[in-house]
Amino acid sequence: MTTASLPPATGSALLVHEAGLHARPCVKLTKLAKTFSARIEIAASNEGPWIDAKSIVKVMAVKIPKDTILHVRAIGADADAAVRALVGLVETDFEGLVA
Amino acid sequence: MSLAARTLPPSEIRGAEYRGAEYRGRAASPGKVFGPLVIVRTAETRARTAGPPAAERVALERAVALASADLAALVAAADGDAADILEFQLALAGDTALTEAAFAAIADGVAADVAWAAALDAMIADYAQADDAYFRARAADLTDLRDRVTAVLTGAAAARSSLPENAILLADDLTPSRFLALDWIGRGIALMAGSPASHVAMLARARGVPMVVRLGPLPLSDGDRLLLDGEAGRLVPAITAEEARRLAAEAEDAAEALAINSAAATRPAVTADGDPVQILINVADPAELDGVDPAICEGVGLARTELIFDGASLRTLPDEARQLYAYRALLDWAGDRPVTIRTLDAGGDKPLPGYTVANETNSFLGLRGVRLSLRHRDVFRVQLRALLQAAVNGDLRILIPMVSVPAEMAEVRALVNDVARDLQAAGIPHRVPPVGMMVEVPAAALMLERFDTDFVSIGSNDLTQYVMAASRDCAELDALSDAGNPAVLALIKSVVTQAAACDIPVSLCGDAGGDPALTAKLLDTGLRSLSMAPVAIGGVKAAVAAYPGGKP
Repeated sequence: MTTASLPPATGSALLVHEAGLHARPCVKLTKLAKTFSARIEIAASNEGPWIDAKSIVKVMAVKIPKDTILHVRAIGADADAAVRALVGLVETDFEGLVA
Repeated sequence: MSLAARTLPPSEIRGAEYRGAEYRGRAASPGKVFGPLVIVRTAETRARTAGPPAAERVALERAVALASADLAALVAAADGDAADILEFQLALAGDTALTEAAFAAIADGVAADVAWAAALDAMIADYAQADDAYFRARAADLTDLRDRVTAVLTGAAAARSSLPENAILLADDLTPSRFLALDWIGRGIALMAGSPASHVAMLARARGVPMVVRLGPLPLSDGDRLLLDGEAGRLVPAITAEEARRLAAEAEDAAEALAINSAAATRPAVTADGDPVQILINVADPAELDGVDPAICEGVGLARTELIFDGASLRTLPDEARQLYAYRALLDWAGDRPVTIRTLDAGGDKPLPGYTVANETNSFLGLRGVRLSLRHRDVFRVQLRALLQAAVNGDLRILIPMVSVPAEMAEVRALVNDVARDLQAAGIPHRVPPVGMMVEVPAAALMLERFDTDFVSIGSNDLTQYVMAASRDCAELDALSDAGNPAVLALIKSVVTQAAACDIPVSLCGDAGGDPALTAKLLDTGLRSLSMAPVAIGGVKAAVAAYPGGKP
């Protein structure tokens, strides 16, 4: 981190995927996160715990159910773009955005 | 053929149950095979001498990379669900969170293969204990990845061995990538553990590979000749040459019937004199529909919901979201055709710990079906909430099992309306669909006109056992447990007549509906709608076409 004082980019989206954050959406989410250099974290609550969005092992382990508001935060050069992309992915129900 | 309903409840599965001359498990994919057993033991880790930590680290990195490349090639060649399953493993393999525990152990002097297996085993154990069946099933994906990397490390080869003709593979469990690496035409799968809800069961159904799971430990040897019956969920050993001939013939007949059936299944069901007959399918698990062509039927006549509750206890009942997901999957498959979903039919031979009553002296005459639903209204309400919400997505109908008196249907109606009011108040989209009843209790069959029901589905299995006073479970009573008995048929005819008088649709969804030998007798009663297992459709359609017609 360059400056600890720099506030992270944040965003949130309602998880509407029927089965919650299961294997297929997890694969898409972590794949997308890895395309950014920023450190990206997600959480099922404002207070955390915050999970590394680039680790499918960690994301799957949280077992986030449907109808959860997914919070995203990122720190780094492309943090804003990263948050926008991840929120967009969740909002579009994991359809079509990433191959 | 009532697949799930007739197999062993999970609480009873400890080891294989040896019933006379066969082992019982759970049906996972239909079809029959007779052939030699090929036993695959769980990957034995070959002893591997640990080098210095730095070398071990490189060995593991290399093995993971090789396994990933292998997976990527498989992903490229696969499609649909198979590709998704493999892609998940590929993503896991690329995650340092998975490997860091192994690398830490290696730094402490542990051999690469041992460190890797230990790291994965911890995670597999975690998944295997998850409350959610979906997460439990993912343990198999992790096992697959563990074995794939271990095989590279120990040089135990990515053994793409082929199976002998008509072989039945017996293993503790089977991983999706191992399944995809083998040619299964004419072969079958028997698993001591496993689950009908696993990825590999889904793949087996989609590719028409017969499969039985949860057989428990079996006293069998490599090369033993057996019949694998994926419809009844059983494994039958051939001891004598005579038995071998008989079982081989049974498998051949089944294969032949399957070929004829799949050809016959797509034509319309019309009697010889041009009277159309509605053909519907029975489903126990949305995953069963993977390999079924929707064109062969006019909808789902009976979707059982017991499997959604399978393995649950009162503490871990499936929530509304999980039920909604399963119901919507059925509606998605059916498109605009009707899907009749039966509410939880526990009790009798289908126990659910904490929900059904333990040790009933006569469980088939005890608390089961709607009797239990009305006793556990909190559980029933969750199911009704999910059903009313799913009803927005298609032509859903609710079917109530084991109704005996009109008051039960009146109570169900009141509950449905109450749930609809709650959903309305909460602003949740929903629709009150038609609510119908199973006719399986003679009291209901005799007095149908007095019931407030939108449609009727005759449950011929229970109706037969109650009319004949002959338990479905007693092999010695097979001659009595006959849906073709004139008394049973007379009662069915009476139900059809009463339903016509009340102008409500009537269908039949028991085993009799899928038995071509009974088709003519059922059509004689005036029935023109039958629901059955997808594999039975071809045979029944042929019997319908041969029916001379002339309404009774």
